[in-house]
Amino acid sequence: MTTLTDPPQESFRLSMLLYDSRYRSMTIQVIVMILFMLGAAWLINNVIINFADAGKTFSFGFLGQSADYDISQRLIEYSSVSTHGRAAVVGVLNTLLVAVMGCIAATVIGVFVGILRLSNNWIVSRLAAVYVESLRNVPVLLWIVLTMAIVAEALPTPIMFRGGEATMSLFDTVVVSNRGIFIPRLVPSSYGLLLIPVIIASLFGLRLLGKRANRIQEKTGNRPSTLLASIGIVVVPAVVVFFGLSAISSNNQQVFVTSGVGEIGSVSDLAESEKRISYCHASGSAASLNGLRHLEELGITFKRKNYFNISAAETALATGKCGLMATSQSGSEQVVQRVSSQVKDGVIVSSFAGEFTEGRAMEIEFPVVTQKGIAKFEGGTHLRNSLIALWLALSLYTAAFIAEIVRAGILAVSHGQTEAANALGLRSGKTLRLVVLPQAMRVIFPPLISQYLNLTKNSSLAIAVGYMDVTGTLGGITLNQTGREMETLLLLMAVYLVISLTVSTAMNAYNERTKLKER
Amino acid sequence: MANTEISFVRTEMLQEQAPPALNVGLVGWVRGNLFPDVLSGILTVVALYLIYSLLSGLLPWVFGGVWNAGSLSECREIIAAAHGEGAEAACWAVIHERFWQLMYGFYPDHLYWRPNLALVLLFAAIAPVLFEGAPRKMFWITAASPFIIPWLLWGGTVWVPIMAAMGFVIGYFVYKLVAQVSSNLLGLIAGPLALVIWWLFLSSYASSGLASVIPLELEPVASRKFGGFMLAILLGVTGISMSFPIGIVLALGRQSNLVIIKALCVGFIEFIRGVPLITLLFVAQVMLSYFLPAGTDFDIILRVMIMITLFASAYMAEVIRGGLAALPTGQYEGADSLGLDYWQAQRLIIMPQALKISIPGIVSTFIGLFKDTTLVSIISLSDPIGWVKFIQANAEWNGIVWELYGFVAFVFFLFCFGMSRYSMYLERKLKTGH
Repeated sequence: MTTLTDPPQESFRLSMLLYDSRYRSMTIQVIVMILFMLGAAWLINNVIINFADAGKTFSFGFLGQSADYDISQRLIEYSSVSTHGRAAVVGVLNTLLVAVMGCIAATVIGVFVGILRLSNNWIVSRLAAVYVESLRNVPVLLWIVLTMAIVAEALPTPIMFRGGEATMSLFDTVVVSNRGIFIPRLVPSSYGLLLIPVIIASLFGLRLLGKRANRIQEKTGNRPSTLLASIGIVVVPAVVVFFGLSAISSNNQQVFVTSGVGEIGSVSDLAESEKRISYCHASGSAASLNGLRHLEELGITFKRKNYFNISAAETALATGKCGLMATSQSGSEQVVQRVSSQVKDGVIVSSFAGEFTEGRAMEIEFPVVTQKGIAKFEGGTHLRNSLIALWLALSLYTAAFIAEIVRAGILAVSHGQTEAANALGLRSGKTLRLVVLPQAMRVIFPPLISQYLNLTKNSSLAIAVGYMDVTGTLGGITLNQTGREMETLLLLMAVYLVISLTVSTAMNAYNERTKLKER
Repeated sequence: MANTEISFVRTEMLQEQAPPALNVGLVGWVRGNLFPDVLSGILTVVALYLIYSLLSGLLPWVFGGVWNAGSLSECREIIAAAHGEGAEAACWAVIHERFWQLMYGFYPDHLYWRPNLALVLLFAAIAPVLFEGAPRKMFWITAASPFIIPWLLWGGTVWVPIMAAMGFVIGYFVYKLVAQVSSNLLGLIAGPLALVIWWLFLSSYASSGLASVIPLELEPVASRKFGGFMLAILLGVTGISMSFPIGIVLALGRQSNLVIIKALCVGFIEFIRGVPLITLLFVAQVMLSYFLPAGTDFDIILRVMIMITLFASAYMAEVIRGGLAALPTGQYEGADSLGLDYWQAQRLIIMPQALKISIPGIVSTFIGLFKDTTLVSIISLSDPIGWVKFIQANAEWNGIVWELYGFVAFVFFLFCFGMSRYSMYLERKLKTGH
């Protein structure tokens, strides 16, 4: 007879917490947790005591207070009476602006240099290697301050523009000076923004065309040529819509508004009555640009005065700082009313429809050099030195890292793949596009994203050149003015954390999707 | 008749012919590497032109430079006299005149031997780590230098570093004692506990007591006098040597099965990697004092060192985790089947391989850390870039740009490029594949 004896039921002993590996891990974790909590409690307790000693409170109320400082580089409306909260938002937008610009430029340069480094041409590949090694072995902060110094020192000064030593570049469309670079900007008229959805729709059309070509290729083996059709899909709708919208804009005549002592009927009358007309130009207004062109076509000498936006131009007109402004016909009644409400007694505001040049759906505002006393640059988009220096330095620096990533990615695709593609009769361009790059992308993408994040984090060095990113506004001036180190720094770190975590979550999802499907 | 129409068959081999003259030697190399086709040829010409225009501007500027002058304007006069009006040449005089400040900051000049000696000691200390050929006894220098180097730099009584080192001796003896009387595990707890108690509460009394009996001390130097490349190297070396062990611990913690430890490690790593270093330096500058008991005021350089170390260790942890993840599971299972416990397996099987895989990442983290030490100039410590700004603010050197930045960039380049070359050497040396 056999008897089955259970192993003796081991009762729990206290020493098992230390010596039994089943319980030891629990013990360790509990001890670590307790230590962590104690440490955190100690830190928080210290903060509370120190805050009480200094008579401070922990509150984010300062975000609603007026900031009292100016930010020259801004993407949204901001003035010194705006709140600290708004200043922080301006800063975040500036951070994102330089980060996005930097990522695009760094990718372009980096891919280019990475491919050059793989070139069979000995001298070209060495040159690319020198670029990569010299850029990435020197601190990025040094590149940033050096670029800033070069931009401020080496580019022509306004005085040189007055003396004729420096002129506008690229067929008089761009001003490159040590006050920054002024580039032409697109100004949509009232319907002009409709162009954007049209272009997006065209891009979708392109994708559909590509899919159709793929379908036909899979069915018949022949790929229909898509070149002409794709050009058509992109260009034709945009051109038609552009001219269509322009036609509507020209029906929607522009109107001049002026203020003066008497009623005036036309621009020519005004030109006769006054020796020199001063024209209020509102930046970003298509009607203003059209009016400008019209004055030039009439051959009237006038002085251009630039204002930040339409309401600033209206105020200037009302106070007599300038004499004439253009507006769209539909809005002219309101403009006349608004200006009338601001003028002194005895001043008459009158509007007259000019025989206008045809309006366009998109106007282009070119920068100009005005030369009275010291040369000044007006109009267009002003890229400030700090932005240019930061952008250039960050993109050149990050490009060196991206070049290495691209090189490693391409080298990671086994040579057999290229040979197999050649054996199938694919040409080198198609081999790269259809065989090598899709496989290389899987290797390139994760480190590339981490470089983008590095660039975004490095953009906080903006503070060294005075670019007002979120570190400069929230972590710089706001911190110094309000003296709330704890709140501002926590908020600042939260901003960067949110950006990083968002990007890395998105990228993890992408990785999961493009992962090699294995057993 | 037979065999009349048989064709001639050569009976001996033909002599090997020389390859076409155009495909061998210098000509062949140039044809193959510089002008294989039209596009490549154009690129070569463009590249050559680029190199020519760069060098023709740079070389006369560098080598025609002036080494002795008191100010920028004097410098320009000398250049104008030597090369004619409007000529461009470097004004290296600024480097010549301010060299010691760029190197040591405000460190008292009669004490320069101390940082110099510390640097020599540093090389002696890292030699056995870096090169296998170095005598093994040099590890004693490696062990002693963390105590000697700070003493050399900051000065003060010799008893502070000795007593700090004593902590390890005491900890070891407590461990031995407890391990003998009771168990090994209790010893492992008691030893470090004794070390911490000694450091926190007893060592300061011991060192001040001994200092009053035998006053053996160096002239103390305040932290705010540290500057230039000395500061950059000090921060870099501390960060590198401290972040490496912390990074390993964090990486192991992140890979661990213990949920709470894993969560803490992940939280720490992701937080640090998500924020820019400059915000952490701001924290060190203005916020850290709130987290410590009122009245604690410790050195800004020490605070910065802690922040840089924490920052680098999070990145290091990720690099090492990559190495750990790249190891095949068989290695872990093999270690288990040999009956090794966790720490033995890590020490003997896992870490040597994981670290070897992650050498490039580790070294590039080191390089990144060394470059990032320049950020301390933003919180107004006088590292090389901070010094460049000081010098530029001077009336004599106002307006000088290329020479100073060029010099600083060159020194950084030497260090970082050297590090990356060393990592390649190490990779080759440790390569055990085919």
